[in-house]
Amino acid sequence: MVSIMIKKLINSLKEYDSKADTEHRSKKLFGLAALYNTPNEIITAAADVAGKGYEKFDVYTPYPMHGMDDAMGMKSSKVGYVSFALGLTGMCLALLMIWWMSSVNYPNIIGGKPFFALPASIPITFEGTVLLTGIATVLGVLILFNQLPKINSPLNDTDFMKRVTSDKFGLVINADDEKFIDADVRKLFLSGGAFEVQEIYYRETNLGIKTPIFDGKFISIIFATAILTAIITYVTLNIVLYDVVPFDWMWNQAKINSQSKSDFFPNKAGMREPVNGTVARGFLPYEYKGMPDSSVKLLSNPLAVSRKVLERGQERFNIYCSPCHGYFGEGDGRMRDQFPKPPSLHNQKVLNWPDGNIFHVITNGQNVMPSYAEQVPVDDRWAIIHYIRALQRSKNASDEDLTKSK
Amino acid sequence: MSFDSTYTRELPLVEAKKSFKEIDEVIALPTETKPTKGWWIAFSISSTALLIGAFCLSLTFYYGIGMWGNNNPVGWAFDIINFVFWIGIGHAGTLISAILFLFRQKWRTGIARFAEAMTIFAVMTAGIFPIIHTGRPWLAGYLLPLPNQNGVWVNFSSPLLWDVFAVSTYFTISFLFWGLGLVPDLATLRDKTTSKIKKTIYSVLSLGWTNSNRNWSNYERAYLILAGISTPLVLSVHTIVSFDFAVSVLPGWHTTIFPPYFVAGAIFSGFGMVSTVLILVRKVFNMEHIITIGHLEKMNKILLATGMMVGYAYGMEFFIAWYSGNTFEQFVFINRAFGPYAWTYWTMVSCNVIFPQLFWFKKVRRSIPITMVLVILVNVGMWFERFVIIVTSLHRDFLPSSWAMYYPTLVDLGLLLGSFGFFFTFLLLFLKTLPLVSISEIKAVVEGAQPTIHPLPGGNGQHHD
Repeated sequence: MVSIMIKKLINSLKEYDSKADTEHRSKKLFGLAALYNTPNEIITAAADVAGKGYEKFDVYTPYPMHGMDDAMGMKSSKVGYVSFALGLTGMCLALLMIWWMSSVNYPNIIGGKPFFALPASIPITFEGTVLLTGIATVLGVLILFNQLPKINSPLNDTDFMKRVTSDKFGLVINADDEKFIDADVRKLFLSGGAFEVQEIYYRETNLGIKTPIFDGKFISIIFATAILTAIITYVTLNIVLYDVVPFDWMWNQAKINSQSKSDFFPNKAGMREPVNGTVARGFLPYEYKGMPDSSVKLLSNPLAVSRKVLERGQERFNIYCSPCHGYFGEGDGRMRDQFPKPPSLHNQKVLNWPDGNIFHVITNGQNVMPSYAEQVPVDDRWAIIHYIRALQRSKNASDEDLTKSK
Repeated sequence: MSFDSTYTRELPLVEAKKSFKEIDEVIALPTETKPTKGWWIAFSISSTALLIGAFCLSLTFYYGIGMWGNNNPVGWAFDIINFVFWIGIGHAGTLISAILFLFRQKWRTGIARFAEAMTIFAVMTAGIFPIIHTGRPWLAGYLLPLPNQNGVWVNFSSPLLWDVFAVSTYFTISFLFWGLGLVPDLATLRDKTTSKIKKTIYSVLSLGWTNSNRNWSNYERAYLILAGISTPLVLSVHTIVSFDFAVSVLPGWHTTIFPPYFVAGAIFSGFGMVSTVLILVRKVFNMEHIITIGHLEKMNKILLATGMMVGYAYGMEFFIAWYSGNTFEQFVFINRAFGPYAWTYWTMVSCNVIFPQLFWFKKVRRSIPITMVLVILVNVGMWFERFVIIVTSLHRDFLPSSWAMYYPTLVDLGLLLGSFGFFFTFLLLFLKTLPLVSISEIKAVVEGAQPTIHPLPGGNGQHHD
């Protein structure tokens, strides 16, 4: 069924075309055409015709023939002006586009470079120039200068055209040229060595007698194409692609988000809770909070004394403790007239405290001193304690100490 | 302009002085006859390769580019190698059609159309790779500066964006150049064919071209302008492709020699591919008189010249690595030549520099079998050149802890095979549907095709010759 239809369609195309030439010619003369055998004959004839003052004539050669433009008295082609103008436009547009997009509409710092810089814009500007020049040249030469496409020119499909696209050289003088007189033109052609002269008639379509766009077959082909496209589109979208999930940008993923519901767990929550008593790393709570005298004596300094630990303790002490306690723990810090003066760290009370008690004060705070647990990590607190002990010893040095230091 | 043969005493461009009718017949024959058995065999091989490629591409789309061997630190591999390889192949076509046209090398007429078609198909093949390499090819529209709801524009200082502009401009201009050249030939086929369907198609495609001299005059000027703009264009395209590497800071890529080195390599590889295919085509379609041994010899000379340019670049890269005193740079190059990928480096050097030296001998240049072997080696060597540049520079970068080897997966190999299938399927369809040599250009260079007198309107003819 379908194959028969296609065969009929193909046959109708064949018929339509084979009759095209003979059927659609009118009785109105387009011009007289002469055919020549050699390049020398045609170029001489062309110069002759141009010399006789004919203006509406043209030469038809299977390939561009050098010197023919001069022989016909033609001016040089103006295609270059269009190419140049559009090329310049392309260059300016590209540059303008880059400047506007990257420094006006969407200024975005990339690698600390300027928003707009000429060197980085040159490649795209160049490509824009070439692109527009090329498109302008091709469209310009075809549409603007050669007035194509023009499939129904009176010359197309004639025996004359079939020869000049192969191996003969042709010359046509249009019938609407002011100097056109049938007999004169024929004489001119034959005296120049033409071996054949043909009459070319207008097509009916050229004169508006018949318009192929209203041809029944043309309209039915258009309709058939439209219906076929509609059917294919419908089948593709609604049947073939019906269950296909379109790409969803990973919006839907096979996992349960923390705040969403889940039927898998008994409490219907997608989020899991930690086991009771779980402590996050680095968040071990201080167990003697608010209990100054209870068990602080049990705490002992886990760090061994070393030069490194003492230097660390000194550094931390100078940063966090010295503003109030002073660089040597004497209570004469830099804040002394703006903030209550703390007692000296060298008094008997502190000298008698175990390390755990100092640790407790740093961690918990005491009187107006706030807790330093947030600023000073546990190990640093113990390092500071070592440093305080060193300070205390240096203030109350025994004779033994002095001899040892020697 | 005179085309007096006394100035250029060369071998005739078309052997055995053919008449215009015979030229029509020979060139139109493939388009008028049913495909031969040989064509069908070639077509089934290439379309099978294309299907394998299409299958691997479907896998890539479905599962993502994790199907490829790319992984840290080798993030660019077959995808970019194939892109640079194919875009390079295209360069020979534009060189033949534009640069040789400007240099008035009339021998180009025999091979120009075919080489231009190759350019178009090669650029099409190349264009697939950067797009699928992005991982979500359906978003490729964002490569262009199109207004969008996010209110963002592309990064104009990125070489990758320059690439988008260069490749798309290159394709457009090559296609227009090729299409403009086809119009007069399609008119010849239109008036020659006896099939009504073909006539309808050719009538539409030839736009009603009439061979009028007033049209020829504009046509020739347009052709000259297109040749003029295509010449800097073809140089810019591979220059910009090389910027993808040279503008980065990776040792082995960050080199000022890259632009000329890439352009020379592109022309070298392109001529290799043109020769490979042309040797088969002229035999299969009986066009030995139009595409002569003389053509092949001239192409071999260009291969020799560009091969040595590429060799110079290989040497100069090594010299600069030593001369710069940069230890990272030195390591990359020593690693290239003696590291785990040394075999690819030496394949590249021998195929691109050492073997083409045989073209110094006239006997080799004019011998079809030896030429065939050498040009295939050039194709292989140039593919490996891109492998060496991309993979060996990436696989051992600054951090030794992240060093790794790259191995292609079956999908990678399938895509490489598919790219050849894509290219050759288009090429084979072109060979059977359009004239593979420019009919009007060939006629214009046949002996006795141009007039020996140049008269002016009304004046007498001035004789010369």
